[in-house]
Parts: sequence; C-alpha cells; structure tokens
Amino acid sequence: MTARFAATELNLSNYRTERRYRLMLFSMTAMLVLPVLIILGILVLKGAPMISWEFLFEFPRRGMTEGGIYPALLGTIFIVVVDLIFAMPIGVAAAIYLSEYAPDNWLTRTINLAIINLAGVPSIVHALFGVGAFVIFFGFGTSILAAALTVAIMTLPLVIVATRESLQAVPQAFREACWSMGASRWQTIFAVVLPNAISGILTGLILEVSRTAGETAPIMFTGAAFFLPFLPESVFEQTMALSLHLYVVSTQVPEVPEALPYGVALVLIGIVLIMNAISIVFRSYLRGKKKW
Amino acid sequence: MSENTLAPSQLDQRDASWYVDKLVQILMFVGGISAIIFIIGIFVFITKEGLGFLFEGFSFTEFFGSINWRPTSANPTYGALALIVGTASVTGVAMLVAIPFSLGAAVYISEFATGRTKETLKVLVELLAAIPSVVWGFIGMSIMNEFIIEVFDVPIGLNVLNAGIILGLMAAPIMTTIAEDALKAVPDRYREAAEAMGATRWQIIRQVIMPAAKNGLVSAVLLGVGRGFGETMAVLMASGHAINIPTSPFDSVRALTATIAAELGETAQGSEHYGALFALGILLFIITFIINLAADLVVRGIRKK
Repeated sequence: MTARFAATELNLSNYRTERRYRLMLFSMTAMLVLPVLIILGILVLKGAPMISWEFLFEFPRRGMTEGGIYPALLGTIFIVVVDLIFAMPIGVAAAIYLSEYAPDNWLTRTINLAIINLAGVPSIVHALFGVGAFVIFFGFGTSILAAALTVAIMTLPLVIVATRESLQAVPQAFREACWSMGASRWQTIFAVVLPNAISGILTGLILEVSRTAGETAPIMFTGAAFFLPFLPESVFEQTMALSLHLYVVSTQVPEVPEALPYGVALVLIGIVLIMNAISIVFRSYLRGKKKW
Repeated sequence: MSENTLAPSQLDQRDASWYVDKLVQILMFVGGISAIIFIIGIFVFITKEGLGFLFEGFSFTEFFGSINWRPTSANPTYGALALIVGTASVTGVAMLVAIPFSLGAAVYISEFATGRTKETLKVLVELLAAIPSVVWGFIGMSIMNEFIIEVFDVPIGLNVLNAGIILGLMAAPIMTTIAEDALKAVPDRYREAAEAMGATRWQIIRQVIMPAAKNGLVSAVLLGVGRGFGETMAVLMASGHAINIPTSPFDSVRALTATIAAELGETAQGSEHYGALFALGILLFIITFIINLAADLVVRGIRKK
C-alpha cells in the first residue's frame, strides 16, 4: 500500500489565503511603481521634442520663453563642482572617523544622531541657515560659493553613509594583517582600507552629484538667480541653475510655450536618473568582482 | 649591565610617522564631529536671524491661534495656524497614500520577490527616490493638475489632494527602502522555525516577521512623516498656495515650507517679515528634530531587546 499525501481542507484554504495576499501585495507594489513610470513616460513624450543642440547650448531669449538652457546647465555644473570640493573631504573624513576610530560611546551616538537630523532637516531650513551663515555672517553674498556650501552641508549625510558602509565592508583581517607588519593606523587606512573601499566612495560621489543637481530650495536664496544674461566669472557671483530654472519657467514666467518646462524637466531628470543608474551598475559590477 | 639600559632620549620612539598618525587622527575626528557642529550651527543661525522677531513682533496666541498670515499689510499679522494646518493636511493625505503602499511593497520585495524580480524592483524604487522635488512639483502643476480637474470635475487641480498624492509618491520609495531594511533585519532562523512548524508564508509574515520588525516599520513611517513636513518645492507648486483652512481635499492650502520659499526673496534682511519667516524655520526645525529623534529612539528600542 502506498502512502499518499492529500491536501486537507485547511491546507487548501491556507494556500488560497496566501495566494490572495501575495497578489494583493504585488499589486500594491505595482501601484507604487507604475503611476510614476507612466508620469515619467508623459514627461519624456512631451519633453523630447524640445531637446536639441540649440536647447542645450543657447541662452534663453525673450524673457525665457525661447532659446535654450545653457547658462542654467553650466550653473548647475559649477554648483556641483564646488559642492564636491567641500562635501567629499569632510564626508569621507567623517566616515573614516566613524568606521576606523570612533569608540562606542555617547559622542559617537550623538554624531550618528546629528547625521540623521542633518538629513532630516527640511531643505528650506537649510536654505535659511545658508542665508544666515554664508550669505550674511561670512559675507559671501548670494554666490555660487554660498549655494554650494549650503547644499554640501545638506547632502553630507549621503557621502558619510555611503563611505562608512564601504569602509565597514572591508574585512577586519585586512587591517590586522597590516598592523602586524608594523604599520600605523593611518598607514593601514591609506594603504589597505581606502583602496579596498574606493568603489563605495565613488558610488557616494555619483549620488552626491545627482542629489546636488536636483536640489532647488537650498540654492534659491543663497546663490541661484532667476535669470542672468551672462555667465558667472568667479565663485563669488550668482549663477542660474537648472532646478531653479524649471521652477521659474513653470511658475514665474508668463506665456511660456507649454513644451518648454517639459524640456527643462526632462534634462534635469535625465541627469539625475543617469547618474543614479551609473552608480547602481557600478555597484553591482564591483560587487561581482569583490574578492572576499 | 648597562647594555640593556637605554637613555631617556632613546626611549622616545616617536618618529615622523607617529606624528602624522596623530595629526590624521585629529583631522578625522574634526570631520567626525562636523555633523554635530553643523546641526548646532543651523539652530544657532536660524535662531539668530529670527530672534528679533521672537522678542518684538511675536505673540504666541497669534502665531499658533490665528489664521491671518498678512505680513505685507499696513498692520501686519503673523498667524501661522493656517500654514500649520496646511502642512499637516497635505502630509496626512500623503501618508494615507504612502503608508499602505510602501509597507505592502516592502513586504512583497522582502518576503515574496526573488532573484531578478527582486533586484529590478529594488533598483526601480531606488531610482524613483532620486527624482528631484522640483520635478515632482512640476508634475503636480501639469500632469496631476489636469488629471484631477478631469477626473473629479473641479475647477482647480492645485489642492490638498494634488500635493498629498505627489508627496505620497515622493515619500513612498524612501519608506519602502527603510521598511524593507527593517524586514531584512529579521533573522532567517525566525522564518525557518515558523516554516518548520508548518506555517504558510503569509502566516509567517503576519505573525512572526511583522511583530519582529515592528519598530523598524514604525520608524520608516515616522521618517516618511518627517519628510512630508519638510518637503518644500513640490508642496509649493502643487498645493495651490492659498492661505486657507481646508474643508475638503479639493481646497487649496499653503504649507509652512512653501511660505518661506515664496516670501523670503521679497523681504528685506532684518525686517519683521524676514524674522517671522525664520521663526517658521525654527518651528520646522524643532518639529522635524523631534520626529527624527523619535524615529531613532524607536529603532534603538529593538537593538536593546
């Protein structure tokens, strides 16, 4: 006689419940992702006809209702570069301290709490801080420098968290091997830990670029101008910026052709999403190559 | 006998690399505490600019009790109640949209999806989280505005509903990521033990994983609320920006953040209006600080257990 397994009524009802919930959760996930993909599709459809060589490399004309976005595009690049000069060293140093030096005490917990809060403070409050500190107190005026510093402080947690994660992923045995050869702490970090964590740091850098390019509120009052007929010549001058330009052409300028803001939005979102996609590809490529 | 004795100067073995090591340690320490310095700096500088207003034009009952925000009238009043209600109503709608869907998505990605589907969904969620807020604002003004006018047959599509949906779509990917991390942190042996007892996947999720990850999920929701309170550009562009206590989702409102963004450019530095905007900033700073602190304490609750 062969033993036969037969599903009981309870087994079947459990199975049906499970299938029902699985379907429900899947459709919730789909409803989260699909509307945004549809919206992005509409953006691309309406914005794509605007994109041309002239659009990217010409000045705006006729009160920004015609012409291109060249000064805004270039201004965003200026802000991003100056931002990186400040955010990367401070962020990487903070991450090295937290990963390699910090003992588990109240100060370290306070630092971690401060990082969470720095990321959680509203962007407009960062803008107020930028106005109070960099524009007025340090006397930089509304300038690329003030705007970049404001965004750098706001996005610092991004660099710290990405770098700290990659430093902590380096196996402890690597450090111990280096120490036992007589290397000092810094020699170990510089020669062993950092080279093994460089991929994570670069991922953090790419994300920082993407985030900085998209921020609007913190640069509105600290260095980004609605319109400038010329390009900035130093970091102490104002500049146009792509993110603010999108706000301006979609709310402040009368009689803008309908497709123009779609074009600006498409360029901005293109930059941001391409940067993020690069960092994702980069990360998974390096994860595959990892030796430990 | 004297061969083993070293002179005091020879005992000191500190060479150049020792000093470099110490110097670097100090530099890294400065980098480490910079986050604390910046947080204190933010509070100090916005308080400094807002202090003049807090001592002179500020009245507690007017600020929190009046809906009249009329900074430019001949007899200016600074009642922030409508702005607070505006922010709260938009955040409320956003959370209605974001909480169920992001938690549902997090459970699906963490517990049901496997292999390629899982990776694709995670990448998509990460990309959605990267869309800048000004782009969301523009989507609210253009695509969502037309959609709401068409579907609900209302004259104006820039309202609580619009800003709430936009904000919900913005906050959802971030909440999904944090919630998924919390679910992933539940040890696999919990799942295996429950499975060995014959529990189905859904029974495991509801009776084992959800209770174990409860604190992480609460913290994800709190961080989403904090994000909703602080969002500026999207709310500014999609909410209609009218000072108003909303009675329906189709009323326009104005948010705290949006008020600062819209008015700071027009005020003279040091004026009463300027100080009042910094006072709004102080209020926002304190609210988000408390929310983030609460989220952190809730998460630490699990670690202690």
